[in-house]
Amino acid sequence: MKAVVTVKLKPGVLDPQGKAIGHALEGLGFDGIADVRVGKVIELDLHETDPAAAREAAAAMARRLLANTVIESFDVTLA
Amino acid sequence: MQAGIIVFPGINRERDIAMALEGSLGRRPRMIWHRETDLAGVDLVVIPGGFSYGDYLRCGAMAAQSPVMRAVSAHAARGGYVLGVCNGFQILTEAQMLPGALLRNAGLRFLSMDCHLRVERADTVFSGQYQRGQVFRAPMAHGDGNYFADADTLDRLEGEGLVAFRYVDASGAVSGAANLNGSARNIAGVLSANLRVLGLMPHPENLVDPLMGGVDGKPLFDSLAAIGVA
Repeated sequence: MKAVVTVKLKPGVLDPQGKAIGHALEGLGFDGIADVRVGKVIELDLHETDPAAAREAAAAMARRLLANTVIESFDVTLA
Repeated sequence: MQAGIIVFPGINRERDIAMALEGSLGRRPRMIWHRETDLAGVDLVVIPGGFSYGDYLRCGAMAAQSPVMRAVSAHAARGGYVLGVCNGFQILTEAQMLPGALLRNAGLRFLSMDCHLRVERADTVFSGQYQRGQVFRAPMAHGDGNYFADADTLDRLEGEGLVAFRYVDASGAVSGAANLNGSARNIAGVLSANLRVLGLMPHPENLVDPLMGGVDGKPLFDSLAAIGVA
């Protein structure tokens, strides 16, 4: 079963990359952008078939390695 | 004092720091490959700069999980000395041996230039040969040196005197202009609660010989040489 871990910077953590992308989008003529934040999407293909166990396994991996919870938060979705 | 330098794949300053350590300690550091787990006989563990594991996932994230880091953590828990420079500082935060995290530089640029550091306390094993408030020059070379911690952690670091060095201008004043990577409260280096683990972003090891253009970084290594180790 596939688990998708989405890692995002916590609110309040400066994201200069997001700011630069926002400026670039404005330069291309896209307006109405209040803010841009950049994160990561990590797809895990797990042998686990039980959804609850797969979700817990992915969350454990995120807490331990995939996200740095000092600066990042994460969500797990199953696909 | 026997130093050991941890060598991860992708590290590139291990020889620089070995030269600086040997110059002050008078004996050659042991090079410790990241798969080793035996630190017996090592008083000071040094994690050098570079790009361990290609900075995959986050700077220092992969190295922090490697077998040798469990041994380094145990060494620190026993009261052993640990110095992390640049990527080494990032690895120490990822391993949760020091608080906070190093974010992308606020200006997004990789910074390869000298900065000025102010010594916030001169009563540690890493800074005894400096004066408190002394300003010294240090090269820096990093893309992710923007120190971040939440406000409570920053207040605790300041309150407990665990800020080792700050980015300042040449006169020693803390300013936004001197804070090239955007670090919280101009913090360039932090200490553990027992003052035996230091992480800093700039490279004092690259200014330890007149041929390098100065010896501003040498007192840090001389400080380590000055302490007796049983």
